[in-house]
Amino acid sequence: MLNIGSVTEAGKSRNIKTGQWRSFRPTVGDMCNGCGICEMFCPDMSIRIITGKCTIDYDFCKGCGICARECPKDAIKMTEERK
Amino acid sequence: METKKKDYLAPGHRACPGCGTAIGVKLILRVLGEDTIVVSATGCLETFTATYEQSAWDVPWIHSLFENAAAVATGVEAALEMRGEKTKVVVISGDGGTFDIGMGAISGMFERGNNILYICYDNEAYMNTGVQRSGATPFAATTTTTPAGTCSFGKAERKKDMAAIALAHGLDYVATASIAYPRDLMDKVAKALTFQGPKYIQLHAPCCVGWGFEPQETIEVARLAVQTGAVPLYEIENGQMTKVFKVPAKKPALEYLKAQGRFKHLLQDPQCAHAAETVQQICDENIKRYGI
Amino acid sequence: MAKTAVMEGSLAVAHAVASCRPQVITAYPISPQTHIMEELAKFTANGELKAKYIRVDSEFSAASAIFGSSATGARSYTASSSQGLLLMTEVIYAMAGTRLPVVLTGVNRTISAPITIQVDHQDTMALRDTGMIQLYVENAQEAYATHIQAFKLAEDHDILLPTMVCMDGWVLTHSFEQIKLADQNLIDQYLPPFAPKYRLDPKNPLTYGAIANDEVPEFRIMIHEAMERALGKIDALALEYQKMFGDYFGGVIETYKCEDAKTVIVAMGSIIGTIKEAVDALRERGEKVGVVKVRSYRPFPGAALFDALKGADTVAVIDRSLSIGKSGPLAGDLKSYFYGKRGPRVFSFIAGMGGRDVTMGTIDSMIEKIKATETADLPDVDFFDVKRQYLD
Repeated sequence: MLNIGSVTEAGKSRNIKTGQWRSFRPTVGDMCNGCGICEMFCPDMSIRIITGKCTIDYDFCKGCGICARECPKDAIKMTEERK
Repeated sequence: METKKKDYLAPGHRACPGCGTAIGVKLILRVLGEDTIVVSATGCLETFTATYEQSAWDVPWIHSLFENAAAVATGVEAALEMRGEKTKVVVISGDGGTFDIGMGAISGMFERGNNILYICYDNEAYMNTGVQRSGATPFAATTTTTPAGTCSFGKAERKKDMAAIALAHGLDYVATASIAYPRDLMDKVAKALTFQGPKYIQLHAPCCVGWGFEPQETIEVARLAVQTGAVPLYEIENGQMTKVFKVPAKKPALEYLKAQGRFKHLLQDPQCAHAAETVQQICDENIKRYGI
Repeated sequence: MAKTAVMEGSLAVAHAVASCRPQVITAYPISPQTHIMEELAKFTANGELKAKYIRVDSEFSAASAIFGSSATGARSYTASSSQGLLLMTEVIYAMAGTRLPVVLTGVNRTISAPITIQVDHQDTMALRDTGMIQLYVENAQEAYATHIQAFKLAEDHDILLPTMVCMDGWVLTHSFEQIKLADQNLIDQYLPPFAPKYRLDPKNPLTYGAIANDEVPEFRIMIHEAMERALGKIDALALEYQKMFGDYFGGVIETYKCEDAKTVIVAMGSIIGTIKEAVDALRERGEKVGVVKVRSYRPFPGAALFDALKGADTVAVIDRSLSIGKSGPLAGDLKSYFYGKRGPRVFSFIAGMGGRDVTMGTIDSMIEKIKATETADLPDVDFFDVKRQYLD
């Protein structure tokens, strides 16, 4: 932690697991062909395309549902988050 | 095998779910890369990315005050020049800090010809402080300071044409973009960087909380804005319009209005019918003017 | 090569600033600061000063641009007065909070309304709570020396605060004095290149200007502590300057004929020159009077003042400004520091506002007022040289 007042280190937002905000969680089905549109539109850098499939980082995904809405294959479903 | 996209905005930021600005800034940073210093004004972006010990920026970033991002950027550029460093200087500020309170500093920066890319994320109101009207708020929109009521149909003034103001300063590169067209946005950022001197890009970034739609609809609403002509996408290089995003199958303004709570009074209140017509008129004017 | 020449105060300041090798200078005109910026412009135009000289669109931008350049690691400077300083105020608070070591010249000029371009301290007094260090100078040679000391003070890693050298407008900027310009090599030895503690650097990205969750009191306390450390540094830097260059104008304060004084006048700025003359004249008449020049107003040199003044019966603080609704700001600060300690009674005298000259006659009438006031029950504030015909 820097003690010079208004200056702080880079990238430490990663300590805030915004995945806890979710009310709805995306799940990726077999229809996914790894086109990457969801990854382009995710506001929270929570999607990676790994081995040709959309992979959600649930630590940070806020459940906004843009990925599900924009997926051209309808491969992502939003279901209620259950803890 | 992972398709690696290097991001310079970290997850864990505090933007609302579905935030259009977060999408835009992520894409912009992919083009800018690590050799960049970003300057931001006070606003949504600053608030959701930069809390002490929780910064989402992986590039050097500086926030000073609300109205001075352009002036601070001027100083950053000057210091880099004196140090012999070629790092890019980019301002990413909201419409409040650009169209209104930041006008003086921006005009000065444009006039001085500083080598700075100024990107305005336009969510069309002072969103961070609770959705108050700005110079960028479109005609007839409800905001907390232009609420619709028996004596009001929302914002009575038209949207300030900030891109025209940039052009009037003789900027060699002026463009408008939308988060619904990410490749176009990224191409424009890359193209802007090939120019010396000040550049201006206005990025239309819908706000689900402020405009009244569901978070998952952010991209759809952005798309509708372009497809109705409400938000023309164009590129002006060296004073000539070199690219216009044409929409062969245009949509009526009504579809755009229906999609957002901030316009619902235009659909529900017969006294607002004239205002709804004006919105269509504005779209028609854009279509004609830009050849959409 | 040291050189002596008769020159305008503004040119002396421009020489001082230029010899400190600033990298970024911002300029926006306001009387009476303009000559300083014009001389610096000439230096850059002739290639004598290698700096980015940015002509900005307002004082707000002038301060904001050096905010950015200092954060990026460049030695940065600007100057302003009056309305311009007020316009910079928001940025100055941010500079102190962000610990940016810029140097400003505050060319003192009063504040509207009513508008006038004459000197008083109302403008720099409005900035006393910002966290910016304020040093006041008596004459142009001191202005020259103090600017060089100011860069070194600001950039010290124990300090890292914006520092303003306050000099009376017109009186010091537009009058001519014999100025000794120091040797550039010696100045380079006294003041090495700027070595920022942190800066905006893609190789080590940092976030400047983050929102504080809960840390505000601590951040502010840290600035306050840096200011307190500055008291010692100001004294030390002045002595170091004396050793290298031969000139000494005091540290946080300067005392003149105070050793056996029963009455001591305390003031800041160019009127000190007049007061020293008045003190000499009074001493010839057998009056045991002295004067203390306050050089550092922020940080406030309470201990040094008390030490210099504790032996006197009466202290008369002359403020060239007014904290409206209270009294003189310097007097108020001094009285509050002295409260509860065994010390002299303190008068708050206001003179010289709006450029009205403070003369030997003014000082005489102050001494008379002191003598006529027997008790310790003093008025909170007294005004001098009031022209009744303007009052309603």
